[in-house]
Amino acid sequence: MRLEPKPAPSLAETLLYPVGAIVATLVIASLLVLAAGASPFSVFALVARGAAGSQFAIVETLTRATPLIFTGLAVAVAFRARLWNIGAEAQLYAGAVITVVLGTGLLPLPSFLLIPLIAIAAMLAGALLLLGPAMLKTRFGVDEVVTTLLLNFVVILFVSMLLEGVLKDPTGLGWPQSQKLIAEARLPRIIQGKRLHYGFVLALVSAVVVWIIMKKTALGFEMRAVGHNPEAAFFAGIPVNRVLAKTALLSGGLAALAGFSEVAGLKGNLTLDLSPGYGYTGIVVAMLAMLNPLGVVAAAIFVAGIFVGADAMSRTAGVPSYIADVMVATALLTMVVAILLSRYRLRWA
Amino acid sequence: MPQQPDLAASPPLSPQGRGEHGAPVLRLQNITKRFGSLTANNAISLDLAAGEIVALLGENGAGKTTLMNILFGHYVADEGSVEVFGKPLPPGDPRAALDAGVGMVHQHFTLAENMTVLENIALGTQPMWRARFDRVAARTRIRSLSSDFGLAVDPDAVVAALTVGERQRVEILKALYRNARILILDEPTAVLTPAESEALFKTLKLLVAQGLSVIFISHKMAEVMGVSDRVMVLRAGRVVGERRTSETTRAELAALMVGEEIAPPQIRDVPYGGQVLVLDGVSTAGRSSGASLDNASLTLKSGEIFGLAGVSGNGQAALSGLISGTETLRSGTIHLFGDEHRAWTTREALQLGIGRIPEDRHATGTIGDMSVAENLILESYRSPRFSRQGFLRRDAIKEFAREIIADYDVKCPSPDARVRLLSGGNMQKLILGRALDPKPKLIVANQPTRGLDVGAVAYVHRRLVEARDHGAAVLLISEDLEEILTLSDRVAVIFKGRISPSSKRGERSVRELGELMAGHGLEAAA
Repeated sequence: MRLEPKPAPSLAETLLYPVGAIVATLVIASLLVLAAGASPFSVFALVARGAAGSQFAIVETLTRATPLIFTGLAVAVAFRARLWNIGAEAQLYAGAVITVVLGTGLLPLPSFLLIPLIAIAAMLAGALLLLGPAMLKTRFGVDEVVTTLLLNFVVILFVSMLLEGVLKDPTGLGWPQSQKLIAEARLPRIIQGKRLHYGFVLALVSAVVVWIIMKKTALGFEMRAVGHNPEAAFFAGIPVNRVLAKTALLSGGLAALAGFSEVAGLKGNLTLDLSPGYGYTGIVVAMLAMLNPLGVVAAAIFVAGIFVGADAMSRTAGVPSYIADVMVATALLTMVVAILLSRYRLRWA
Repeated sequence: MPQQPDLAASPPLSPQGRGEHGAPVLRLQNITKRFGSLTANNAISLDLAAGEIVALLGENGAGKTTLMNILFGHYVADEGSVEVFGKPLPPGDPRAALDAGVGMVHQHFTLAENMTVLENIALGTQPMWRARFDRVAARTRIRSLSSDFGLAVDPDAVVAALTVGERQRVEILKALYRNARILILDEPTAVLTPAESEALFKTLKLLVAQGLSVIFISHKMAEVMGVSDRVMVLRAGRVVGERRTSETTRAELAALMVGEEIAPPQIRDVPYGGQVLVLDGVSTAGRSSGASLDNASLTLKSGEIFGLAGVSGNGQAALSGLISGTETLRSGTIHLFGDEHRAWTTREALQLGIGRIPEDRHATGTIGDMSVAENLILESYRSPRFSRQGFLRRDAIKEFAREIIADYDVKCPSPDARVRLLSGGNMQKLILGRALDPKPKLIVANQPTRGLDVGAVAYVHRRLVEARDHGAAVLLISEDLEEILTLSDRVAVIFKGRISPSSKRGERSVRELGELMAGHGLEAAA
């Protein structure tokens, strides 16, 4: 079996690859569903209904998609420049910490000033958190996969320390949780009484902005050049290290917005279960989107739908909702294969 | 898994080959191979007799490599058959070709650098399930092969420490060790000094005297004339001529190969201008591959092509890196247009008006996964012409790309096509267009024609001569002595990081240059 390079696929063909990966994922997941003693068709139908079958389901799916859009964008931006940021989880928590530090009464400002200020400060925290690994990579050749991945644990333990210490809510009955944000720091809901908040709108705007940066600006050009061939980029006079630093700032900032939006839009305070691995799931989202910022939105909604739908399904069908984790993980693997197939043709010779 | 014969135990080659002298040991019949709409091989037939050297001559893309890949089982032919020693070879099975006695020496060596010569040669010949192999027997056999065929190399040396010439000998030994009776050499002299090439030709003569057969792939006329018994010329996938070497001329072969007369580059004597680049006692920090510059001096004047010959790895990368902006200075002085500099970055090099044609088109010169247009603005996207307030100007970029594509004859489907899909020649034209369009006053071209077909080579030469005629100083670094001698106004040789004093073209003979390339007399001359 050999691999032969093939021409760049057209847009329509490009869309086929994620679709193919998803179909393959469903086939693999059906085997597990069968093993659990249920019919794959009814289970997938239940998942689909749970994800998009009612207004409640749709709102829930979009709410869940919001942090995934941010982390997906963070990963897409970084991977495009071949900066392997596995630390979106840590950057998310960094953004969340800044949000509760500034948003629980420290700054008595009106909403229209306070919210942007917190958002920017949160982005800065996430950006600086990724700048460290990026500099270690460019200065000393330290592998950023290792540093960003391990920083996740460091940061989460640090947050745990904060929640048991200085950030602990004195009225929280001893739970490790922060104080509630003041009303001026909260992101408003899009529909009164529903959980969907303006963080979702911010996520959509971010996706468009990132798309413009990648596609239309000199910075995006530099990032793509560095990602595709750092040696040629360096030879052509592109300041590779500076581009990687800018990429790190952008990527870290986007991931931190996920933390900001979850705290300010949804939860209202910081706990250690703020993110059930949104930072890692962002990698799946970015890969499914083939690193396209607009594709990230679709991929995030799809992945969120699986999680939300699987929760609903498990209540009726009796198949554990872990199937969602399996499907998302399988989707990453099938997508990696699909990306390989989009660039190479298999030859059985 | 078929039982592997234990090759270490088999006797050295007997002088009597398996084939009768004169009978075909290899017969390719009507080989046709199509890739989509391209017919890479069109009904090619070839007979190879025992004790014969056949040269396969042709431009890049003529179908030589495809043909050899079919013979070797990497590709399956659409039509036609391959017979080795009268027995048909199953298609698509490299193992069968090896077992039938076909050995191939690739242009890029396939050796494990961290292992010894002995281990490299024995690799893959040992039965999988035996715990240890008989080093003594293997060493004895390698020794006898190397003394029989003039392939001097120490079986216990680590490959990483060997010269290019020695590595090639290891590759040949590897094939002989597997009892190859038919040896295919793909562009074997591309990386050798003239003296090493001579030694290789002697080895080939010894091999065929023992009844082996050799297919020698080349595009260098002089070698083909010197070493082969018979020449087959391929063009666009067809055999366009077959001649006994003794009954043909270089001119006839060249005409067959190209199909049309290609005018040699017009060399015209232009008066030298002022000094553009002066290196004085320069040593480099060693960021480039190969030797660093070691107290090297060089003066480049405007309106001249300065040809720097040398075997690869002797400091060419350091010198072109220093001028391109990827290498840093350890000691010595650099003057560019009279101003002293402490080296410069790649971006400063562009601002100083230096046009750069890097050695490796794929790794350094282009970004394969980006479009032709994007590759063309790689060095200039910051200029107000192509970006404003950080935003790229798409229309201006497209227009510029169309201009360069037309001016430099880059054959591509559109400015949006991925560069990965271009041929080597078109990739090089793209790089030429990018480097020469801003009218640089100093041009450094490192191996600008390596691996290109004759047409593209002529094109690159014409553009470099044109730039010189417009007053640029051109530093041409090449391992191809013929290229240096046709193009350069002045010639020097680089060896172990030192640069010989220059001489006007024609002042030194090829033999003298060859000796300088091998390091003889350079210390005395310097």
